[in-house]
Amino acid sequence: MTALQIIFLIAAAATLISGLMVVTARNLVHAALWLIAALFSVAILFVLLEAGFLAAVQVVLYIGAIAILIIFAIMLTRRVMQDTGPQTNQQWWVGAIIAVALFAALFVVLQQVVYPEVTTAIPPDSLKALGNSFVDPNQYMLPFELASVLLLAAMIGAIAVAGDKK
Amino acid sequence: MIPLSWYLTLAAALFCVGLYGVLARKNAVAILMGIELMLNAVNINLVAFWHYLTPAVSSGQMFAIVVFAVAAAEAAVGLALIISIYRRRQSVVAEEMDLMKW
Repeated sequence: MTALQIIFLIAAAATLISGLMVVTARNLVHAALWLIAALFSVAILFVLLEAGFLAAVQVVLYIGAIAILIIFAIMLTRRVMQDTGPQTNQQWWVGAIIAVALFAALFVVLQQVVYPEVTTAIPPDSLKALGNSFVDPNQYMLPFELASVLLLAAMIGAIAVAGDKK
Repeated sequence: MIPLSWYLTLAAALFCVGLYGVLARKNAVAILMGIELMLNAVNINLVAFWHYLTPAVSSGQMFAIVVFAVAAAEAAVGLALIISIYRRRQSVVAEEMDLMKW
């Protein structure tokens, strides 16, 4: 057990336990806070995978924007008696069976795959190459611009749907 | 050295946890939180494959960044819809949204 493997096991356990608390928490604000913990553990996993830029984007974008937006939505849609009573619907056992069966099937498939050997190392200027690939017309400039247009459309749509109609 | 299969198994487990959250929760915002967990599991998979199979090409990280952008857009529009539904029906329980127009 190397040190990296121990760190991976701690981060993986934190991710899975936080995820389980998200889907089983009775109080919705607690579920949102557990979601922040799960997203932070995923950022630790990105650091282990030597994708530092993605770890920073995960913290800033997912935790700093999406999780905060979810907390806003929870606060704006509360009723007084909403946190009492069961938080799962009547078919929760079907959902549990499906989730466990899917994980069992994926686990069996993952055990049988022959994994290729790691041959190349990460080049030292991979972040610079990623930045170049955003604006290079032969690489990923078109998906970059499309993502910008998608975000603009989502912003206009959200304002149109949720804005005050006065 | 962490084997690739550990990352893939973790991503599969996180995906199944998110799937249970989507299928079993009543509140619409809680369903959206399950969807975010599933998208994070997909991102772990993408970055793990980039790291272990093709680290010299930036396609893997680019794919993950596009997934980030799409997840942000979808969370914004989904939460706007939930807020709009709450203004009309005073409820965000997914089972009670059973009419197309009233």
